Amino acid sequence: MDRRQLIITAATVITALALGACGDKAPAPASKAEAPKAAEMQVVKIGVASPLTGAQAHIGIDIRNGVQLAIEDANKAGVTIDGKAVKLEMVAEDDEANPTKATTVAQKLADAKVAAVVGHFNSGASIPASKIYADAGIPQISPSSTNPDYTLKGYKTTFRVVAHDGQQGPTLGRFALNKLKAKTIAVIDDSTSYGQGLADNFEATVKAGGAKLVAREHTTDKDTDFKAILTKIKGKNPDLIMFGGIDPQAGPMKKQMAELGIKAQFIGGDGMQTPNFIKLAGNSAEGAMASIPGLPKDKMPGGTEFLAKYKAKFNAEVELFAPMGYDAVMVFVEAMKRAGSADPAKFLPEVGKTDYQGVIGPIAFDEKGDLKKGPITIYVVKGGKWDTLETVTPDAAADAKTEPPKDAVTK
Amino acid sequence: MDIFLQQILNGLLLGSIYALVALGYTMVYGILGLINFAHGDIVMVGALVALSVVTALGTRLPAPAVLLIAAAASVVVCAALGLVIERTAYRPLRRAPRLAPLITGIGVSILIQYSAALVWGKQYLSIPEIVKPGKIEFGGAQITTMQAFIFVLACAIMAALLWFVKASRMGRAMRATEQNPDVAGLMGVDTTRVIAFTFALGASIGAVAGVMVVLYYGQGHYFMGFLLGLKAFTAAVLGGIGNIPGAMLGGLLLGLIESLAAGYMGDLTGGVFGSNYRDVYAFFVLVGVLMLRPSGLMGVGSGDRA
Repeated sequence: MDRRQLIITAATVITALALGACGDKAPAPASKAEAPKAAEMQVVKIGVASPLTGAQAHIGIDIRNGVQLAIEDANKAGVTIDGKAVKLEMVAEDDEANPTKATTVAQKLADAKVAAVVGHFNSGASIPASKIYADAGIPQISPSSTNPDYTLKGYKTTFRVVAHDGQQGPTLGRFALNKLKAKTIAVIDDSTSYGQGLADNFEATVKAGGAKLVAREHTTDKDTDFKAILTKIKGKNPDLIMFGGIDPQAGPMKKQMAELGIKAQFIGGDGMQTPNFIKLAGNSAEGAMASIPGLPKDKMPGGTEFLAKYKAKFNAEVELFAPMGYDAVMVFVEAMKRAGSADPAKFLPEVGKTDYQGVIGPIAFDEKGDLKKGPITIYVVKGGKWDTLETVTPDAAADAKTEPPKDAVTK
Repeated sequence: MDIFLQQILNGLLLGSIYALVALGYTMVYGILGLINFAHGDIVMVGALVALSVVTALGTRLPAPAVLLIAAAASVVVCAALGLVIERTAYRPLRRAPRLAPLITGIGVSILIQYSAALVWGKQYLSIPEIVKPGKIEFGGAQITTMQAFIFVLACAIMAALLWFVKASRMGRAMRATEQNPDVAGLMGVDTTRVIAFTFALGASIGAVAGVMVVLYYGQGHYFMGFLLGLKAFTAAVLGGIGNIPGAMLGGLLLGLIESLAAGYMGDLTGGVFGSNYRDVYAFFVLVGVLMLRPSGLMGVGSGDRA
C-alpha cells in the first residue's frame, strides 16, 4: 500500500509541476516564429494595463481595444522615427482593477522594456503603478483615471487625457445645486481611491453651496446588497443621492432604490456612465444621471468615425474610454516622431509638449500632466439609453477656488 | 418606525438565504464532524446554472415555468456535485485525522471556483428580468413580490426539512448516524448511504439558495460563493453547529444583525463605524457568542466526538 501511495503522490506532483511549466512554454514558440520578421523593422512596444477580468472587465477590454485599433492604424499608415521604419506592438496586461496586482503588472511591463504605457483604468491602480513607471522612466498616459492625486506626486511620467475629479466632482456638485436644485443630498462611495475621491469633491462643493448633507455612506467595490444603507437614506428623505463608484455597484444600487420606493434622483461619475449600468439596473435606470470627463462621443471631432471603425472591427459598442486609449497611443507616437527616438528618456519631454488634435478633441498637457481644458459632459438615461444633458468646460484655475468659473455651457 | 421595519424585513430576507446555506454546513458537520468548505461554492454553481437556464430560456415560456426549470436544473447539478465531492474527496478520508478532510475541502472549493470561471468566465453575469417587480407595502415598508416569495419559500423549505428529519425513516437514520455512526451501523443503518444522502440534501437546499440569490441580486459571479459561504458558516456556528434549528436561527439572526448594524451603527458611533463595516459586525457577534457560549446559541455542549 505504502509503495503504491508513494508512486501515485509522486506522479501527481510531477504532473502538477509539468502543467505549471506548460503554461509558460506556450508563448515562447510563438515569439520565436515572429523574431525573423521583426528583425527587419525596429519593434516598439506599447504597454496597456487595464482590468481584463472581473466586474470591470468590459471597461478594461474596451480600453485595450482602443489601443489595439490605434496601433493597427499607425502600423498601416507606417510609422517612421528618425528615418527608420518602426513597427508598433501591443503588450496587454490584466491588472484586475486591484492596486496590488497593478504594481506587479507595472513591474512586468517595465521589465519588458515597453516604450510607453496606456493605463491604468482605475485611479486606485494608476497611482501605485505610477511610481514604478516613474522609476523606470516610462511615460504613462491614463485614459480614465480621475483622482487628482495621480498627477500630484511630482512624477514627470504621469499624464492623463481626461479631466480629473478636482474638476468632475465640483462640476457634478454645481450641476446638482444649480440645475437639479437639490437641497438635501445623500452621498455613497465605494471606498476606492476613485469613488471616495469623487464623492469627497462632490460633498465639499454641495456643502459650500448651501445644500444639506443628510447621509454619507460607504460600501465596497465588491458589494451587491445595498438595502441597509439605502433604507437608512430613505429615512432621511433626500432630494438627490450621489454615488461615487463603478457600474457593477451602481446598477444594482439603482435597482434596489426602485425596489425600496426611494423617490430621490440618482447621479454619479464616469464609472457608471456605461451601457452595462443600464443593463444591470434594467427598467429602474431611467432618470439616472452621470458625468464623464470628455465630450459626448458623437460630438468628439473624430467621434462618429471612431465609433463606426470600432464597431466594424470588434462588433461591439464603445463602452467608455476606448477613444481616450486610442488618442493616448497617437500622442506617444507623435512624441516619438518629434523626438526622433523611441527611447523613453528621449521622447518623454516631448510628451509634455504635446499639442495634438485627437479623436476626443485637442490634447495638451499642463505642467502636472493633466489635460488642459478637459470638458465634462453630463448624461441622463432616457428611454433606456444615455442622452447628453449638458457639456461643461471648466477653467482649471477657477476650479481651484470654489467660486463659479466661466462655464462654457454648450449643448 | 417604518425605516426600522424596512431594515427588519431586509434583514429577515437576507437571513433566510444565509439560513438555507447554513443548513448545508450544519447537516454535514452533524453527521461527519467536518466542515465542508466547498459548500459555498456549490451554492455558487447552483446560482450560475440557474442564471444560464434563465438566460437561455428567456421569455419563451411563462416566468414560473422558467424559474421551475432553472431551479430543477440547479438542484440536479448541485446534488450530483455534492455526491461526487463526498465520494471522491471525503469518503476516502473517513478515518483520517480531522485536518485532512478540512484541507481537502479547501482544495475542492478552489477547484470548483476556477472550474466555474472556465465555464462561465470571470465577468459578472446579469440575469434577464423575467418577472416584473410588483410591490407590496405595509407599515410604510416596501418589499417586492419576489422578495416575499423568496422568504416564504425559504421558510417552507426549512419547515419541510425539520419535519423530514423528525418524521421520516431516512430522517431517523440521519439522526442515528449523527449520534453514533458505528452503533447506527450495527443497528442496520447503511451509514454510507445516509452520509451520501445528507450531502446531496444539503447541496440541493444550497442550490435553491443559490437560485434565490441570483434572482434577488440580479447578478452572479464565479467568486460569489466565498463570502456567502463564510457568512453562512458563521451563522451555523452562531446557532450551534450540528444543530438544524440552530442553523436556521443563526442565519436569520445574522441577517438581522447585518441589516440593523449597517443601518444604525453609523449614527450611533458618530460616523466612526459606518456602513462600510457591515461585514465586520457579523463576525464581531460571532466572536462574542463563541466567547460566552462556545457551543453556539442552540448547541448542546457535546463531549469530544473523536
